[in-house]
Amino acid sequence: MAITPNPYKTTGALGWIDDRFPLTKMWKEHLSEYYAPKNFNFWYFFGSLALLVLVNQLLTGIFLTMHYKPGAETAFDSVEYIMRDVPWGNVIRYMHSTGASAFFVVVFLHMFRGLMYGSYQKPRELIWVFGSLIFLVLMAEAFCGYVLPWGNMSYWGAAVIINLFGTIPFIGPELVVWIQGDFVPSDATLNRLFSIHVIALPFVLVGLVVAHILALHEVGSNNPDGVEIKKKKDPATGIPLDGIPFHPYYTVKDMVGVAGFLIIFCAVLFFMPDGGGYFLEAPNFTPASQTNTPEHITPAWYFGTYYAMLRATPSFAGTQIWGVIVMGAAVVILFFVPWLDKSKVKSIRYKGVLSKTALTVFAINFVILNYYGLQPPSDTVQLISQIGTIIYFAFFLLMPWYSKIDKTKPVPDRVTE
Amino acid sequence: MSNEGVDGNRRRFLTAATSVFGAAGAAAVAWPFLASLKPSARARALGAPVIADISTLEPGMRATYLWRGQPIWIVRRTPEMLASLDKVASSLVDPDSKTQQQPAYITDKSRALKPEFMVMKGVCTHLGCSPILRADHPAPEIDTNWQGGFFCPCHGSKFDLAGRVYKGVPAPTNIVVPPHRYEGDTVVVIGEDPKTA
Amino acid sequence: MKPLMNASLTRFARAAVVAAGVIVANLAAANSGGNLLPFTADSGNVASVQRGARNFMAYCSGCHGMKYLRYNRIGQDLNIPDDVLKKNLMFTSDKLGDQIKVAMPAASEQWFGRVPPDLSLETRARGADWVYSYLLSFYLDETRPLGVNNTVLAGASMPHVLWELQGWQKKAEHAAEGGHGGGHGGGSAFEQVTAGSLKPSEYEAFVTDIVNFMDYAAEPGKQARISLGLKVMLYLFGLLVLTYLLKKEFWRDVH
Repeated sequence: MAITPNPYKTTGALGWIDDRFPLTKMWKEHLSEYYAPKNFNFWYFFGSLALLVLVNQLLTGIFLTMHYKPGAETAFDSVEYIMRDVPWGNVIRYMHSTGASAFFVVVFLHMFRGLMYGSYQKPRELIWVFGSLIFLVLMAEAFCGYVLPWGNMSYWGAAVIINLFGTIPFIGPELVVWIQGDFVPSDATLNRLFSIHVIALPFVLVGLVVAHILALHEVGSNNPDGVEIKKKKDPATGIPLDGIPFHPYYTVKDMVGVAGFLIIFCAVLFFMPDGGGYFLEAPNFTPASQTNTPEHITPAWYFGTYYAMLRATPSFAGTQIWGVIVMGAAVVILFFVPWLDKSKVKSIRYKGVLSKTALTVFAINFVILNYYGLQPPSDTVQLISQIGTIIYFAFFLLMPWYSKIDKTKPVPDRVTE
Repeated sequence: MSNEGVDGNRRRFLTAATSVFGAAGAAAVAWPFLASLKPSARARALGAPVIADISTLEPGMRATYLWRGQPIWIVRRTPEMLASLDKVASSLVDPDSKTQQQPAYITDKSRALKPEFMVMKGVCTHLGCSPILRADHPAPEIDTNWQGGFFCPCHGSKFDLAGRVYKGVPAPTNIVVPPHRYEGDTVVVIGEDPKTA
Repeated sequence: MKPLMNASLTRFARAAVVAAGVIVANLAAANSGGNLLPFTADSGNVASVQRGARNFMAYCSGCHGMKYLRYNRIGQDLNIPDDVLKKNLMFTSDKLGDQIKVAMPAASEQWFGRVPPDLSLETRARGADWVYSYLLSFYLDETRPLGVNNTVLAGASMPHVLWELQGWQKKAEHAAEGGHGGGHGGGSAFEQVTAGSLKPSEYEAFVTDIVNFMDYAAEPGKQARISLGLKVMLYLFGLLVLTYLLKKEFWRDVH
């Protein structure tokens, strides 16, 4: 059967491939002829950086898995084995542990960018939904990974998080035992979390990232002005007037971002991999003990905000499930942002004072909540967490109202510098 | 977009410089990952030299030690056994041990530092089975010229009492002699070369 | 609704003030660590770590193992030749690749009420300042079975192994409750009862050596990691300059 020649007129080896596989097509669609707005600013580095960190986690994870031994009796020892006996093992492990924290830093900033410039608004709702799913899966992935060293913080962290399911009425206690595969977090629990961490969730994560990028490239990137560049095209070429090919312009620009990011990342990795006790917690250098809870038990730092909400919610009607519901709702509400924002404009640049204030307060509140989520419980912490929780939800639930009545500025036709 | 004022040479130079610099960095990042696959400190500790006290080994008998996870044999050869080495020479592939299956410092025809004690890996050079010691002879079912040696049950490879391989069997080379040295008269350190004093 | 609003606003304002105070207090606590003496371990001081290794093997390894640390790793990192290693540090094993095992294991639980913990990771789990302070804070206390207690870990089951060096001290009257409060350094919390074979400053140096060694033992790759990090930084700054110039060059197209 004759082959239909590819439309790119490529020849030789590339031509042979292009006749059978859309290599040149993909290159053009996603890089050399993907037209991105020319006015991306600092905040647009974090998407590519998230991808970089994902690759780092996958690569270092593959090599750690070669040396790590899941199992209550072996896990802690095998981590120290990696840290001491495996050539370069400590560097690879720190790349992975620092990468976990870096992932959340980068993703938080990436999400903030989306909120700031309305990157979730029509027609980009699905990009945002996929992104929120990535965030959700990332949290699950991080939790599983956090348990694997089977230090004392891993153990009690696992106990606390799994016990959240125990608050579900009627089935809770049985559900916890089923999740653990035992009556306490144990060997069986560790093994299933390992499987989920290295196989199940990475698959899902990579798939979602592909979907996230495909959705983005289908509709095109937003920009700090929130202007649709596809509306103003060069009549001769059909290329957006404010668009530039992703490659080479944004590949070279993102490389600057990568170099800058790596300077910070490697400074932590090589000079303070413990992250002041936040990236690697001191109690986790003691093997898991079923009889000794660490004095001050906190989740990993990146869960601080949501943990604060969990603790802030009082139990009533004889159940503690409300805290779990509040915490879950805090993540689920993210999915609805595209439909909560009723503003006529996308970017914060052209939104009014109400939206600007709301976003500023939300961001500061998020950081404060995160801090207090990691503090030992007290009345003060409780009160601040409660106020913070209310502000968190108010930002989203009041959005249909304040985004609608807010006074917006006129959006220009073309992107500004 | 326009190309006015573009310095093509500068652009080519910077592209090449960044590519080379970046590729060097990527190669440097690859190194820790590849190096992490080398034997770890634990593997090296487990593969540390083994000390064998052979003072109680009877003539004609064999002792087996484990070094780096492989059996190491020490056979105390009787004068009769040593004499048999010449008798089988014509049946062997490499009677003079020209192929370096032994450390360079082992030059004796008997393939040992001290002819009386044969130190060798208990691993067939064909596919890694562990041959059986058949000191009895004659044994026509093994070979018409059998003077005692090692017979591999997996694929029938035959070796003499110096671990030299017979002709016409699957194993291509003589059995490996591991690095070893004597500490005193009757203690063998398996896995360490003799100290060159 | 309105009074409630006001009340909660006042509460919020008060909480905010308290919160700021808590943050400041926490930051301060992170530096001084409660009743701990200020101490920063330096595992890069090879001479000190070598002395600490000797001290540790002589005084600590009888009861405390370091099950993740191999003798030949110490030799390699601290430039100690094999024969010196075997003669001066290796009491429980003759294999260089072995890890540091406890000299007298099984019986110790009966003596002390619990198995002495492995110390491979002690400085990472508790902090170097904790270990340093602990070793300086044994004092006479008749209420304890062994007649000795510790202000850092009240009710510690460990005897004061280093008493011959430090001598005995008792809690100073004025500091009976507060541990190391104020005064000149931390020493003010105790009064010397009998002198040891070392002067107080010598004893502090002795303990410093031990803790530096333990800091080394908690992560033997630390110094190599830091020196590698400096090279990586150098490279990355070079990469940043190059990529920045490259970006500038390409972006001259974009108007």
